[in-house]
Amino acid sequence: MKHDATLEESILRRRPAFIPYLMAGDPDLETTQTLIEALAAQSAAAIELGVPYGDPLADGPTIAAAGQRALANGVALRDVLVLTKRVSANIPIVLFTYFNPVFRYGIEAFARDAAQAGAAGVIVPDLTLEEIEPLREQLAEHDLAMPLLVAPSTPAERAARIAERSSGFVYLVSRLGVTGANKAPNVEPLRTQIAQLRATTQLPLAAGFGISTRAHVEAVAPLVDAVIVGSALIDAYAGTLGEEAKSRVERATRAMGLSSRA
Amino acid sequence: MKPDARGYFGDFGGRFVPEVLAYALDELERAMTRAFDDPGFWEGYRALLASYAGRPSPLYRARRFEVGAVPMLVKREDLNHTGSHKINNTLGQALLARRMGKKRLIAETGAGQHGVATATVGARFGFPVDVYMGARDVERQAPNVALMKLLGATVHSVTSGTQTLKDATNEAFRVWAAEVEETFYVIGSVVGAHPYPYMVREFQRVIGDEARAQCLAQHGRLPSDVIACVGGGSNAIGIFTAFLEDEGVRLWGVEAAGAGLKSGHTAASLGAGSIGVLHGSRSYVLQTPEGQVIETHSISAGLDYPGVGPEHAYLKERGRVEYVNVRDDEALEAFYGFARAEGIIPALESAHALAFARRLSRDRSDNDLILVNLSGRGDKDIAHALSLQA
Ligand SMILES: Cc1ncc(COP(=O)(O)O)c(C=O)c1O
Repeated sequence: MKHDATLEESILRRRPAFIPYLMAGDPDLETTQTLIEALAAQSAAAIELGVPYGDPLADGPTIAAAGQRALANGVALRDVLVLTKRVSANIPIVLFTYFNPVFRYGIEAFARDAAQAGAAGVIVPDLTLEEIEPLREQLAEHDLAMPLLVAPSTPAERAARIAERSSGFVYLVSRLGVTGANKAPNVEPLRTQIAQLRATTQLPLAAGFGISTRAHVEAVAPLVDAVIVGSALIDAYAGTLGEEAKSRVERATRAMGLSSRA
Repeated sequence: MKPDARGYFGDFGGRFVPEVLAYALDELERAMTRAFDDPGFWEGYRALLASYAGRPSPLYRARRFEVGAVPMLVKREDLNHTGSHKINNTLGQALLARRMGKKRLIAETGAGQHGVATATVGARFGFPVDVYMGARDVERQAPNVALMKLLGATVHSVTSGTQTLKDATNEAFRVWAAEVEETFYVIGSVVGAHPYPYMVREFQRVIGDEARAQCLAQHGRLPSDVIACVGGGSNAIGIFTAFLEDEGVRLWGVEAAGAGLKSGHTAASLGAGSIGVLHGSRSYVLQTPEGQVIETHSISAGLDYPGVGPEHAYLKERGRVEYVNVRDDEALEAFYGFARAEGIIPALESAHALAFARRLSRDRSDNDLILVNLSGRGDKDIAHALSLQA
């Protein structure tokens, strides 16, 4: 299956869209590829593809441990770019990476190579609005989107400025804290923040962090254009390989009511 | 000097954190700026330093540890309440937390010195305290774990990653992100995202301000050399800041070489690292070419950290401070040497500075005057040191 949509179009066509997060190379790169293909077939709007990092400040235990497993396999940013190249014709790939590996790779080289691999965008969870500019410029030069995050603690005025600099979509952190299935989305404050953002931006809004059950999806999906699910999927397939991992992920997405979204 | 509006000392510093913490850092910066402009804040701080921490700390001439006739002065931060310079910082941050109406303190700790200093001010100000400590350090530093508990703090053993200070710091950041409204994160060194490196420096600069005045009063001149050990860099920045404009004074930051700079078992971030981003700021980091932070090694838990404060990176680049390093075995020798020559047991961290002071003395004359920051006392290290000597 080929896709020819931008990240934004891919989300808007499927509203409410599903964006799964996977850690590249956990448990191995072949399994990650199998999972991406399966999720594309289930009509996910895009894949958030995690680049393994040993000190992930925005991540809870599930994604941190997945990153450690991938690192133990020797998976580095350049391997994730190779994987991206293999799958990016099927589905928009948004790389999710901490800044240090990008910084060491070189910002210009990274933007160029991510574009060559066919990536659709890049999310860097530890770059605040004040620090995004050099990378944002390079990504824009290569037509790569850079969705930025808005947190529940972000004041409305700052959220508007973040949305203005964002591209592809705006990533709403659904509750305080780090990623992980142990803490549910906080829907009421999210509702207020979404209303404020809708008045200032045309970009799709995607919510993530803590969305891990069908009830969460049902509460959040009507408010936004996309839901992002990571830890709940990783918890579902952790420790398995290939087809077994695939069937577990398919079961988890069905259980959450996400697989039939088209 | 102050960092620029975005928290940079030259190319180093900044604010590399998840957005959820951006507002908390803004809030902290505003509260800090207001407090720093308020003479009443500093009065309260100084009064506590005097009556509670025991400042000013003495300047002592360590004649029997000297090499030849080169005079060596040590700044006795080991005599502070809780036994190190860490209390200067935690008192300041606790005062700020109280002004901000925060309900709880959290802290990371490696050796446990900063954890004890935070637990202490938590007790003094009535804050519940949660301390995050790597599981390996919980084992290595059992006496300090007991002290923190005795003071009423809860110690959380962190089992992720390398299970040391780096991961304890990660965990403290994560906990802060989840409870950012009511929680004040007391960072233990001049590291982290802006405004921490600047704020912690301002609370530690009392070391150098005092030492400079004491040196002039007692010896009628400035020191030729000022030496301090560098983990995150707070005791070093604390003593250097007063001397930065004194061009004739040479400043030396001593990192932990561990088993040796090229051994792969080192903690010398400035000596063996490269530029990167760790714990919220851009500085020197011990890392792989791919940007993964690597495991460090030092005999001293307080120096066993893969990063270093951004102002040190800037001072290195400017050439104002020279960064050198001392191996585990040299530090251990100075630990015993100082104890037996002076009757003062230095912290293993501080022993790195003492070891370098002796090395430097061989190139100095009796007209010079070497000032060493004795950042802490070594009671916490006794079991470890004895186990290594055997
Ligand atoms: C006595 C002592 N000196 C030095 C350090 C290192 O920290 P810094 O470089 O921030 O002074 C520590 C840290 O635990 C310490 O306990």
